[in-house]
Amino acid sequence: MAINWFKYAAPTTFYGLAGKMIPWFAFSAAILFAIGLYIGFFVAPSDAQQGEFYRIMFIHVPASILSMFLYLIMAGYAALGLIFNTRLSAMMATAIAPTGALFALISLWTGALWGKPMWGAWWMWDARLTSELILLFLYLGFIALHASIDDPRRADRAAALLAIVGSVNVPIIYFSVKWWNTLHQGSTIKFSGTTMHVAMQQALFTMLAACWLYAIAVVLARVRSIILERERNAAWVTQLPGIADFAGGEK
Amino acid sequence: MKKSSMLDLLLLVIRRDLILAMRRRADVLTTLVFFVMVVSLFPLGVGPELGMLRKMAPGVLWVAALLASMLSLGRLFSADYLDGTLEQMMLAPQSLSMLVLGKMAAHWMVSGLPLVLMAPVLGLQFDMSVQALGVLILGLLLGTPILSMLGAIGAALTLGLRGGGVLLSLLVLPLCIPVLIFGAGAVDAISSGLSIVSHLSLLGALLVLALVFTPWVTAQALRISME
Repeated sequence: MAINWFKYAAPTTFYGLAGKMIPWFAFSAAILFAIGLYIGFFVAPSDAQQGEFYRIMFIHVPASILSMFLYLIMAGYAALGLIFNTRLSAMMATAIAPTGALFALISLWTGALWGKPMWGAWWMWDARLTSELILLFLYLGFIALHASIDDPRRADRAAALLAIVGSVNVPIIYFSVKWWNTLHQGSTIKFSGTTMHVAMQQALFTMLAACWLYAIAVVLARVRSIILERERNAAWVTQLPGIADFAGGEK
Repeated sequence: MKKSSMLDLLLLVIRRDLILAMRRRADVLTTLVFFVMVVSLFPLGVGPELGMLRKMAPGVLWVAALLASMLSLGRLFSADYLDGTLEQMMLAPQSLSMLVLGKMAAHWMVSGLPLVLMAPVLGLQFDMSVQALGVLILGLLLGTPILSMLGAIGAALTLGLRGGGVLLSLLVLPLCIPVLIFGAGAVDAISSGLSIVSHLSLLGALLVLALVFTPWVTAQALRISME
């Protein structure tokens, strides 16, 4: 059986597919968030050293992981769009950027809230914190560049190039910040070493999965809006149920 | 293409851009004056205590150099873009990457090199030792070309955009962080009696990487912007 792998690479067909997928991802994200938060708050025991404060980890760690992975996925889509000239890839990259930036911000924010009781300071020039901040800057640069170019095709391609340059630079930045930190002072914070309680692990992984599903649902919803916006003059858009009525009423 | 003709092309572009820069000396001087002013403002802001100034000097000089190089990047392609020269360059049979490399080199000579030459004088204001000054200059010599080259990518991407200058800084500054870290780190290392080899080697590695990749990436960015 021949499968057409590229069927859903067209915005026209992907629009419908994304619309069908969003409720599934959104509902399972909501359920997993509820389960994860329940385990995190009521089942997982309090930590021997950190007391109740450590529970912020259940949102902090998934947000940090997602902010980094989403940048790579965004750069991947951007590269696909630049190389194969596929419209949908560029739209996906544009749709991922705000969610990635949001997770980077959540990660920094919860990190500060966690840092205050644990280290006694809202902010430490720790390698992880600093590189997370720079990651947020890279997201903002991508969004700002895309927003300031009026022609969507040029915007896609320029932003894609920036995302690729950024992703090449991310490891360099990470290691330079790490060495910078260790050259100035020894790292005072270490997360490794202790084995986690099973309930803590369950809560963490459930929250991680929930964040993934949430990210996918939101990105799909956003990409649907972008498709509509870009293709507003295409015939298939004017024939969509809700829009056909609107266009008919306008006449 | 013959090797010599590539080199000729490179020298030709560099000479052309240098002549153009010399015709508009004020632009070059503005960058330099900006650098001197930013550096001189720091002691006024944080106080005249020499011990602290000596400790801050490498960072202040590097950050000021970074900002000053951002200032002049907007002009890297914009004049050629406005009068159509850039279009001719892209139509030329020669490699666009080579032309871009020439423009980067000329930009560094006009905006980076004066900063390097000025840095020792400013370093003395901050009571830096001769040894530390030497390392600072070495680091700036290796690092400022990288700033010009990374900046060229941003300049090509933001060509002809509204509010290009601020956007350019937003795009390029995060990418320049490693240069800042190793450049200022080398001076810190010599001041605390450590070896500077690792810092300067890393800066050199970044320079080589930038030399290989940035002309090509900038050429691609120009093609995107000129479509």
